[in-house]
Amino acid sequence: MDDLLREFLTECSESLATLDVELVQLEQKPNDPDLLSSIFRLVHTIKGTCGFLGLPRLEKVAHAAENVLGKFRDGELSVTPRAVDLILASIDCIKMILAHLEAHEAEPEGADTDLISALNDMANGKLVDAAPAEVHAPVVEELYAEAHVEIEATKPVAAQTAQTTPAKSTEETGPKGASVADQSIRVGVDLLENLMTIVSELVLTRNQLLQILRDQKDSSFSTPLQRLNQVTSELQEGVMKTRMQPIGNAWAKLPRIIRDLAHELGKKIDLQMVGAETELDRQVLELIKDPLTHMVRNSADHGIEKPSERAAAGKPETGTVLLNAYHEGGHIIIEISDDGRGLALEKIKAKVIEKGLASEADLSTMSDQQIMQFIFKPGFSTAAQVTSVSGRGVGMDVVKTNIEKIGGTIDFSSTKGKGSRFFIKIPLTLAIVSALIVECNKERFAIPQICVVELVQSSAESEHRVERINGTPVLRLRNRLLPLVSLRRTLGLGQDEVREDGCYFIIVIQTGSSSFGVIVDRVYDTEEIVVKPVSPILRDIKVFSGNTILGDGNVIMILDPNGLVQHAADIQADASISKHAAIGSATHRDDGQSFLLFRAGDGSPKAVPLSLVARLENIDRDSIEHSGDTLVVQYRGTLMPLISVAGCSNEVGVTGEQQVLVFADRDKNMGLMVDEILDIVEEKLHVDLSTKRPGYLGTSVISGKATDIIDASYYVTTAFGDWFGIQGDTGFGASLENRRILLVDDSPFFRNLLSPLLAVAGYDVTAVQGPTDALKLHEDGLSFDAIISDIEMPDMSGFDFVHKIRNDSRWKNLPILAMSSHTTPRDIERGHMVGFTDYLAKNDRDGLLAALHQNLLNQGGTL
Amino acid sequence: MIPQTSVQLGTALTTITSADDNMYVTLFVADQLFGIPVLEVRDILGPQRITHVPLAPPEVAGSLNLRGRIVTAIDVRTRLGVEQRPEGAKSMSVVVDHDGELYSLIVDKVGEVMTLASDSYERNPVTLDSRWLEVSSGIHRLTDRLLIVLDVSRLLRA
Repeated sequence: MDDLLREFLTECSESLATLDVELVQLEQKPNDPDLLSSIFRLVHTIKGTCGFLGLPRLEKVAHAAENVLGKFRDGELSVTPRAVDLILASIDCIKMILAHLEAHEAEPEGADTDLISALNDMANGKLVDAAPAEVHAPVVEELYAEAHVEIEATKPVAAQTAQTTPAKSTEETGPKGASVADQSIRVGVDLLENLMTIVSELVLTRNQLLQILRDQKDSSFSTPLQRLNQVTSELQEGVMKTRMQPIGNAWAKLPRIIRDLAHELGKKIDLQMVGAETELDRQVLELIKDPLTHMVRNSADHGIEKPSERAAAGKPETGTVLLNAYHEGGHIIIEISDDGRGLALEKIKAKVIEKGLASEADLSTMSDQQIMQFIFKPGFSTAAQVTSVSGRGVGMDVVKTNIEKIGGTIDFSSTKGKGSRFFIKIPLTLAIVSALIVECNKERFAIPQICVVELVQSSAESEHRVERINGTPVLRLRNRLLPLVSLRRTLGLGQDEVREDGCYFIIVIQTGSSSFGVIVDRVYDTEEIVVKPVSPILRDIKVFSGNTILGDGNVIMILDPNGLVQHAADIQADASISKHAAIGSATHRDDGQSFLLFRAGDGSPKAVPLSLVARLENIDRDSIEHSGDTLVVQYRGTLMPLISVAGCSNEVGVTGEQQVLVFADRDKNMGLMVDEILDIVEEKLHVDLSTKRPGYLGTSVISGKATDIIDASYYVTTAFGDWFGIQGDTGFGASLENRRILLVDDSPFFRNLLSPLLAVAGYDVTAVQGPTDALKLHEDGLSFDAIISDIEMPDMSGFDFVHKIRNDSRWKNLPILAMSSHTTPRDIERGHMVGFTDYLAKNDRDGLLAALHQNLLNQGGTL
Repeated sequence: MIPQTSVQLGTALTTITSADDNMYVTLFVADQLFGIPVLEVRDILGPQRITHVPLAPPEVAGSLNLRGRIVTAIDVRTRLGVEQRPEGAKSMSVVVDHDGELYSLIVDKVGEVMTLASDSYERNPVTLDSRWLEVSSGIHRLTDRLLIVLDVSRLLRA
């Protein structure tokens, strides 16, 4: 591109940004002569340069606009909103032509006759009262879209400009602006970034020199090095400053947006901006620009009421949107508040239910503040009607995500009828963050200070104690159980160290709504670090958010708390799966199941698959009797043993009602005593922590809470040693004992239920979670006497599985029994066709045992 | 290595645009001679303090600080699937620029800068170990030995 043209475009984009702001001011202060002459001068300059560069279309528009402005300045025309609209339309037209110029180095085809004639009419006083809307409104519409293109296109230029030109606050504009421009120069962002790198290098070298100096007393280098030290620090600070920009730069477009919005919606809105000079890193500035614009737009669109509504509510007709930015403790706080109608709680509730984000029952238990938080949920937008203004597909969830992405937080308060207030807290800079340096396995890592809540040193004696559930550490911290992540294990640096003295360094980290502790070997100091992105080859490692060079010149990785906890969870899941696969027993994944949640003993919720529970009963405690050392109660004509949940004692002798979960099979009942039935939930069973505690399958997160999953088969076996036995089964003879059965079922629940059942019947059971594992056992050369298989399994269906076995394997002559919840005649027929020896309903345990027995007998002792 | 059936390829395959194009920095990994186009090489380093990066791919030896820039170190031995450098053996690093990022390739020894004539160029023998085949962009027959031309971008594409 021609240098001259580029220079012109840069200059114009600056002038136009100023014009946008000044024209809105002009509307409010129509008779400010300084403002008028400044605007006139800007348009005049554009026109003049156009003529010089030979850009006739641009020149014509600018000329017509200048004419009108000239009349304003000379007092021949009065400044009306309509006149300002027209001038703004001209500015938009100019922007559009400029965007085209930048892209194609030539003016777009066409002429702007409508606009120019409207301007000329205005200049000649013909258009004072006539409604020009038909003339320019479509133009504005069309051009506005073009203007956006322009904004994108000139971004690099604009950013560079803004680097060195501090935003002129409202008072500074006007003729004085010129002198400011003279004192600044335009510098490329690349250059500044490069300077920053060089300074970091200098700092490191300085640090090394100082280190050497410390070892040498009375060195003649001492004084000059001290001087170098000081100068380096100053230089570093100075270079950092060049990256800082006033937040006003991100606000520059807001007055225009609010003005257009107010016109479109027929509202009166006063946008006040306080603290525009507050500086922050340009990188952060870029990232918050869009969220801020969206929120201000939201306030104006949803918050501020129409003048009539406001008047009716006894408020001034003009609503106020206030933007306030200030520094607070190493952060920048941005407040966006309005004096509008506030968030409508009822509307939010209705929307939440409509969108299925929560049920009415859930909402009834929530505080107003909790309900309002739903506006940050994805897929939520309260605008009943999508206006052209808001509702552009970005919701508050995007705003929240963007702010959190740069380590910020967003919070808000709202009073019905009084307005809403949003607080955004963001770090001053992304480039330099305060980080806690920790050590693990002699390697150091940095953890961003912003998410560190506290440091805890645990010991066996203190109240902060590390305990282990099946090897997984948790910390008692102020009467709460904090999950712990071992950095050593998570980063694959080795196995957990179990210390005798229980002395661990734990960093309590808060990310979003979850908090957890990280076990490290040592904690060093906090250090200000310069965050650098990790190399592309390492970008897949979610545990790190970046890396940096420490003062001693070493590279150090910066941990990402979110990634860390995610990765820890993944490891845990993998470890338990492989552990269980190895012993061929229960694992974790399962389809959704209904669970009955209850409380027993300690406060933590417990769960049991609902399908196992026959009834819930309230039993009068007075009716509970002792039989030997078990508790029994007369129930439906038989004695039902009552068992308490393992590890929980029952207060016997207390009067009142005892809640009991009744497990029933045939004529036998067994009661599990619980303190309180909590809920029934549909949940995918994912056992996060498996356990060896008898009576528990493990711990799982259900409804957001860690819940112990009760092993029902344990309790029924406790109650009746022969629960699963076959009544009068003595006749089956010992010849079938220790027959090896392969149980294939993807549901850990059924595996857990059937394994003991079969074991009690005298079979040697191997349970696997799917045909793939079963076929692996085949490959490994294992032999079985019979196979029991589920039909619906994720990796391979039971039909395919049996087909495979029947066709080509050592197992092809084995009896294979299908157990399925689908037992229509068609299913059964299909089962027999593909080669199942028998096809049974999943709940038909007697049938299973009988069929198994029969088939094994038929087979005789041939195997 | 399999004895080669020498197929003479035309020079058309390696178009020479400037004299530098066929200048290579030579290096040794597990006694094999390799070459990297000299224009891709930024620096040659002695042994460096390297920070181990947990969970990284095996060939990533870690990160190091090269005059204020963070450079990822790749152990070429691991990348090629040959046995580890013996304990205490010296290593050197060749720093290369790839897509604006610096990588330090840890090798056993760095040799000299060599100009290779295009008529000594051969295509990869198809029987080469797949991990080698992947990173080799061809072979030069030197008088006493063979030189494998390393394709840096493919070497870094793990």
